[in-house]
Amino acid sequence: MTTDAIPAAVATKIPGQRSRGIWRTIKYVLLIVFALIVLIPAYVLIVTSFKGLGDATPANAWKLPESWETAGWARAWEQLGPALGRTFAMVIPASIISSVLGSMNGFVLSKWRFPGADVVFTLILFGMFIPYQAVMVPLVQLMGNLGVPSGIPSLIVLHVVYGLPITTLIFRNYYAGVPVELVEAARVDGAGMLRTYASVILPISAPAFVVVLMWQFTSAWNDYLFALFFSTSQNGPVTIALNFLASGQLQDYSASMAGALIASVPTLIIYILLGRYFVGGLMAGSVKG
Amino acid sequence: MSSTVPSAVKRPRRPKGRIGGHGWVAPVLLILPTVIVIGVFVYGLIGSNINTSLQDRHTIGPSQGFAGLDNYRDLFTDDDFIYSLRNLLLYTATFLVGTLCLGFLWAWLLERKARGESLFRAIYLFPMAVSFVASGVVWRWLLNNAEGERASGLNRLFDTLHLDFLQNPWWTDERWGILAIAVPAIWQLSGYVMALFLAGFRGIPEELREAARMDGASEWQLYRHVIFPQLSPVALSAIIIIGHMSLKVFDLIMAIAGQTNYTTQVPATQMWIEFTRGDYAKSAAIGTVLLVIVAILIVPYLVSTYRQERRR
Repeated sequence: MTTDAIPAAVATKIPGQRSRGIWRTIKYVLLIVFALIVLIPAYVLIVTSFKGLGDATPANAWKLPESWETAGWARAWEQLGPALGRTFAMVIPASIISSVLGSMNGFVLSKWRFPGADVVFTLILFGMFIPYQAVMVPLVQLMGNLGVPSGIPSLIVLHVVYGLPITTLIFRNYYAGVPVELVEAARVDGAGMLRTYASVILPISAPAFVVVLMWQFTSAWNDYLFALFFSTSQNGPVTIALNFLASGQLQDYSASMAGALIASVPTLIIYILLGRYFVGGLMAGSVKG
Repeated sequence: MSSTVPSAVKRPRRPKGRIGGHGWVAPVLLILPTVIVIGVFVYGLIGSNINTSLQDRHTIGPSQGFAGLDNYRDLFTDDDFIYSLRNLLLYTATFLVGTLCLGFLWAWLLERKARGESLFRAIYLFPMAVSFVASGVVWRWLLNNAEGERASGLNRLFDTLHLDFLQNPWWTDERWGILAIAVPAIWQLSGYVMALFLAGFRGIPEELREAARMDGASEWQLYRHVIFPQLSPVALSAIIIIGHMSLKVFDLIMAIAGQTNYTTQVPATQMWIEFTRGDYAKSAAIGTVLLVIVAILIVPYLVSTYRQERRR
């Protein structure tokens, strides 16, 4: 292989190749062992979710179900179904709105700048890192004063507001890589800011939108903190309903595990389908930031 | 505003203030909603929260008067809160070391066109798509503290594999219980750190490696002098991201141990408990302490990022 290019390696070619072969084996053994370890919780979730009530004993903990039963799934669906619908109703508008706003902010902060743009950007970015505990007490009051109904409406507002820093960051970094000439050409043609945005920037924004929508969808879907403060198991998203189901007095393991799987399906599908874009998005979102 | 800035006077070719022109009014208008919203929901509320933390307001009703720093003094003389802070520190250190080591190792194993790379990458990355609440369901089962005959979860697995010495009380241990919470956290986010490092590895130009090899550098020297320096910005990003996530740990503890469990107490869970009790001042004070801890990590990073942007 590449050893041929290095003269010094020629003398030791044969032992070098052997150690390379051993090294390759070690590498794949490690990769497979780690993969198996990472998959342990997935195995437990799936196996336990199909166990009958009498089968979920400690002695059978790691065994396959004696008979594959779907009663646990039915019990979980009964409890999580309505919450699942509410979560979609929350996540879809929240991620679309914050992505669109983030895109416009990112454009203004990278390609149509104004004095102090960097300060404004840094101040917005800080909002991404704050522990929400540091605003929660007055936030509950503020939302009450604004009259936003508890449950999904409140959570949409919160996910949009607190999603703005990260969506702005990702779009800004993405647009920073867009050649200035594109924007300048539009300017020379007399296009205003909004037209430049709509006709030049927006058409090339699809990759960034994929990443940002994915990110926002996942983080809103998986949120528990805001949901706990701003909703109940009756009007809240699936994380609240799932925790309610799983922390009940009876330890209904098969229903809890089925519930955990049900609650994870949408985000898992997104990762499986769009995972490649996500890794690419990390470059834009984090490494450069 | 810009008319008062001398440099703007020298460069009159940019028509100022014309909406849709080259001026700054249009972009400012476009970003104004975000600035206002962040101003209110982040900075305004932080101010309001600090104000609440300085009040004598320990019931649902209005403040009974200004309390100065009393609430903070009470917190830092309270053994429970000190224990929470200690837990948070231990958890963060374990979480950081764990994710960075595993993430780097996985990226390193995968960086040289390994066969099946995309499959391994997908397996290592998938836990991060799952919510802490959902993974908490299975980890509560895995980290069941029963041992011996009644053991289930990992303790049962260790028993079956004749690794009994590994059996332990997990998160119920008063001294090290919090470290058991770091295990699922590491499981969930090592893949993310791996993806960051992989992106970093891919960003290193092949010529750099070749040049080092031509100069006769050994593998170790190649890493020491070429690869590690190139990866250090990625490592810093990972530390910032994982670090600030770690300091906010809440969901996992609620899902695995529950809010009332003493051994896994951290400031965030205490803040929630005080809130449900209606002790708004104490709740707000804990929130502010958390903010200060996170700011110690984040502000230097933001400032240096800002300086880099200015230099561009």
